[in-house]
Amino acid sequence: MQMFLTTLVLALREIRRHILRSFLTILGIVIGVSAVVTMVTLGNGATAAVKEQISSLGTNILQVRPGQGFGRGGGGATPPNFDLDDVAAIRGQVAGVRAVAAQAQSSGTAIRNAANWSTTINGTTADYFDVQPWPLTSGRVFTRAEEQAGKAVCIIGSTVYDNLFRGEEAVGERFRIRDLSCQVIGVLSKRGQSGFGGDQDDVVIMPLKAVQRRFTGNREIRLMLVGTDPAYDTAAIQSSLQSLLRERRRINGGKEDDFNIFDTKQISDTLTGTTTILTRIVTAVAGISLLVGGIGIMNIMLVSVTERTREIGIRLAIGAVAREVLLQFLVEAVALACLGGILGLILGFVASISIAPLMKAPFIFDPQINLIAFGFSALIGVVFGYFPARRAASLNPIDALRHE
Amino acid sequence: MPVPAAGGAGRVASKADILISLRGVTKTFGQGPTAFQALKGVDMDVRKGDFIAVMGPSGSGKSTTMNILGCLDVPTAGQFLFRGFAIETLDRDQRALLRRRYLGFVFQGFNLLARTTALENVELPLLYRGEDRATRHRMGMAALDKVGLADWWDHTPAELSGGQQQRVAIARAIVTQPDVLLADEPTGNLDSERSVEIMELLTDLNRQSGITVLMVTHEPDMAAFAHTVVHFKDGLVDRVEANHRPGVVPALN
Repeated sequence: MQMFLTTLVLALREIRRHILRSFLTILGIVIGVSAVVTMVTLGNGATAAVKEQISSLGTNILQVRPGQGFGRGGGGATPPNFDLDDVAAIRGQVAGVRAVAAQAQSSGTAIRNAANWSTTINGTTADYFDVQPWPLTSGRVFTRAEEQAGKAVCIIGSTVYDNLFRGEEAVGERFRIRDLSCQVIGVLSKRGQSGFGGDQDDVVIMPLKAVQRRFTGNREIRLMLVGTDPAYDTAAIQSSLQSLLRERRRINGGKEDDFNIFDTKQISDTLTGTTTILTRIVTAVAGISLLVGGIGIMNIMLVSVTERTREIGIRLAIGAVAREVLLQFLVEAVALACLGGILGLILGFVASISIAPLMKAPFIFDPQINLIAFGFSALIGVVFGYFPARRAASLNPIDALRHE
Repeated sequence: MPVPAAGGAGRVASKADILISLRGVTKTFGQGPTAFQALKGVDMDVRKGDFIAVMGPSGSGKSTTMNILGCLDVPTAGQFLFRGFAIETLDRDQRALLRRRYLGFVFQGFNLLARTTALENVELPLLYRGEDRATRHRMGMAALDKVGLADWWDHTPAELSGGQQQRVAIARAIVTQPDVLLADEPTGNLDSERSVEIMELLTDLNRQSGITVLMVTHEPDMAAFAHTVVHFKDGLVDRVEANHRPGVVPALN
């Protein structure tokens, strides 16, 4: 223990004495550790951000669209849209369905006084707010009566509110959208970007019938949102939903579906899986740079042993035993590596805390990776410091003293 | 710290004032046809409190003898007694501990650690002896005071003259209060004025602190400070001169 303390004092003195060289020696470790920590932290942040964005689409929701894939038809005739009978059938016949919201979309420019704003018009049923909870900051959602009558009432997203009302009271006010004068009954809370980059708050929600009658001019439904009961197996609901729709759309035998059912949870798993894999790959690359940093330490320590041959000779001559010289160089390497590790952690912390906002990902401090990266840098000090240290300890004092 | 005794090495009856004794010491470097015998059977006694100058042309074996006396090297054959212990049987680490406890070294090239203050250089042997910070400081300053450099404790070798550096080296050698001070051409890199100062310092240490001094030198002027001058030639002790008026430098008279 006494010997260890002595060598620790010697090693720290040596590091302080060659401050620039010591810093350059550990630069590789600093970069390696900070790269590992930054990559893992940012990767975790990105995964969390993806999860967050996906969950903003709603959990326990199946999206049902005509056609296969994302909005593309089956190649031949455009597959027919759904209608309200489909909605009623799903609600009535599929077990585990909590609510079904139909959606018809259009777009147009909303005008109020001098302000105008181009936005998405979303026609839906009151079920929409049961399928995916979306709190209002003020006002109310539309009633069944308003829904049935297709009244010109609307609930506006926060982006629309910001552009048309700019902080004024909106509920009860009217604005015009594509020649239709509509009354604001509610304002939605802010939801942010969707997982696919669109602004979810740039929307005007109206009763389905109002949109169909005034804007789309038909009774068709482009999207159904099926809210499922978490107690039921999503896959089972999905398959009974599929057979019901095949039956209703008269798709027989081996023919492919002309609609698709999109499970948000599934997409969430896929995307988070992807970010996790990417994080691992980038971390592995960063880990290699940490290893290279370790080789850098060995390199400098070997040079340092040669350069300090005389010094080692002096130490041996005045009575240092080989063990003490070995320990001194080993402790020096480990102290350097640990110092590099600490600087790397600090740099990694600063880097990830400043890059995370640019990536629109949250900063999540992960103590585990910080510990692992630091432990690994200390280990590198031991492994790569041992060889030069043994060489220093095995020097013959007479030859070492004679060394020029 | 006791002298580390290896198995089989025991106390050998000897005259009380004989500190070091070499008997038939040989040293051969290399093997086979290229082997070179540097020492061919050296017999030599060093009394406690002696001041010995070792002289001889290069290749005469004086440096090899000094390395053996300094426990930096081991004889190929023969007997090396230090305080009655057979040193030739000790291993590397035991010899290191012996150096740490009983020996001090002064080199021609000073061999101070660069970018290290005089005090830190002097404290170095104490660090290996495990002395605490306060003791190191106290003993280090005392040693620097002895060589007249107490005011220069925080200067690095680059900020000191050659003579001052050698004084720091001497302070480092005596800080552990060794029995023997081994000096390998301590004045070889100094001008004659500084050389005389260093020799006077060694003489003082020898007289006042009772440190036995063994010094290799090429210069008869410096050898004149010693009590005994041992001349080497062809790997053997050629002759031993006693100097009855040490310190009186013939050249200066």
